Amino acid sequence: MKLSVDRERCCGAGMCALTAPEVFDQDDEDGRVLLRDPQPPHRHHAAAREAAAICPAAAITVIEARET
Amino acid sequence: MQQQPSTPPPTEPTLPAAAPLSEPVTLPTTRPTGCPFDPPAELAQLREEQPLRRMQYPDGHLGWLATGHSVVRSILADSRFSSRYELMHLPLPGGPGELPPAPPGDMSGLDAPEHTRYRRLLMGKFTVRRMRELTARVEEITAEHLDAMERRGGPVDLVTAFAQPVPALMICELLGVPAADRDIFQRHTAAVTDQSTTLEDQMAAYTAIQEIIHGLVLAKRARPTDDLLSDLAQDGGLTDEELAGVGAFLLGAGLDTTANMLALGTFALLSNPDQLAALRSDSGLADQTVEELMRYLTIADTGIRAALEDVELEGQLIKAGETVTVSIQAANRDPKRFPEPDALDVHRKATGHLSFGHGAHQCLGQQLARVEMRVAFPALLTRFPTLRLAVAPEDVPLRTRSNIYGVHRLPVTWDQESGR
Ligand code: HEM
Ligand code: SF4
Repeated sequence: MKLSVDRERCCGAGMCALTAPEVFDQDDEDGRVLLRDPQPPHRHHAAAREAAAICPAAAITVIEARET
Repeated sequence: MQQQPSTPPPTEPTLPAAAPLSEPVTLPTTRPTGCPFDPPAELAQLREEQPLRRMQYPDGHLGWLATGHSVVRSILADSRFSSRYELMHLPLPGGPGELPPAPPGDMSGLDAPEHTRYRRLLMGKFTVRRMRELTARVEEITAEHLDAMERRGGPVDLVTAFAQPVPALMICELLGVPAADRDIFQRHTAAVTDQSTTLEDQMAAYTAIQEIIHGLVLAKRARPTDDLLSDLAQDGGLTDEELAGVGAFLLGAGLDTTANMLALGTFALLSNPDQLAALRSDSGLADQTVEELMRYLTIADTGIRAALEDVELEGQLIKAGETVTVSIQAANRDPKRFPEPDALDVHRKATGHLSFGHGAHQCLGQQLARVEMRVAFPALLTRFPTLRLAVAPEDVPLRTRSNIYGVHRLPVTWDQESGR
């Protein structure tokens, strides 16, 4: 799995940091998303997918790899 | 015209007043008697028949009503639907013919780029981490109010003793508003959201809040303290008027929202003893209980948007200029999204509810609200293991005429001996 975030779209609602804190964080200054791990280990995939799905600004893109 | 099924599916019981699908409907507002937590029953039928449907507005406008989870979510996420008040037709009668544009600082009624400017200034102040850092302080304030309740003994009104003051003190501290001004703000804020007060009274109340905040802003510019208003006064690039507007808006949003969740949420838990017992026996359920209460109660039940251009959705064409009313409470009870939606179920994963909105305007204060609820509900239930209503459920006065749903009062009591 590969993740990317669009900090221009991000509206800082924090749903990603709440849902998958191992993968996403928020910048302390501007509140926008920070990607802690663009290729998270398998155990965080479900949470990362969920974060992408509920992000209110559709700012998170998930590219699923064939393996893992 | 679109081809539409001419009759509702046979499994759905037909309500007597159902209009044929081709006819516009009006916004249902009456909650079923005896079910203070349920949306108006007609909404379920509309959602089942046609989740996006023509709606007749009280001023004669022919617009739309969205009731399905997926279509409501799409509309809220779509920047072709505007939040500007002056473009909207109001879904309920009794309001003004036309809304004025958002006053300075009211980010809720703006679109990008004006909206983005305010949002970006504030986003960093309401992050998950910053709000979690407030947990200890929320716990302190919560405990103080529980202590006071315990000393006084039941019955007490949970709204004034607990639900209102805890979030109010938090937002006042965060902004840097003296606690002494809290009561004045609380009164004015109630007037702003009460649909039975005239627009003039609402504007007057809003102006009153703003004037007090304006004074504060000038003080913070001169002598900054350690709080949000001072931070914004130092480096926000906002005029005094804008800053006062932001302060007034945040204060209002912080005063009259979580408070209603705490009181109505407690009422809902007390009315569902099995769910309450499940929560009491497993403190690990607290986070998801908060989300489920948010979904189930949907205190901000309705949103409004106006189409800036023609938009095709669900096979129908929404024309530029038409108003769309999004029923968030109907969306949160959509069986296609949440199985058995009308049950309060603390074991459910309720994430994906739209109770904080969706899209660029999704609630800025949601992480604060979560911390407050996450602390307050368990603390209340732990302190008073025998907490119960002190009146019959049907005698709890409901805020049926407010933009934010809740209860006016919640008389509760408990066994004094086993109080602690
Ligand atoms: C449980 C409590 C709360 C509920 C149910 C709630 C609900 C909402 C909803 C539905 C919206 C979106 C409105 C729209 O789409 O136009 C919103 C926006 C907003 N809320 Fe909350 N809210 C709550 C607590 C708070 C708190 C505690 C604050 C304190 C700062 C706050 C500040 C805001 C602000 C500033 C906006 C406007 C955001 C924007 O337009 O970008 N809310 N809220
Ligand atoms: S959930 Fe989306 S909008 Fe919210 S902080 Fe994360 S990336 Fe930004």
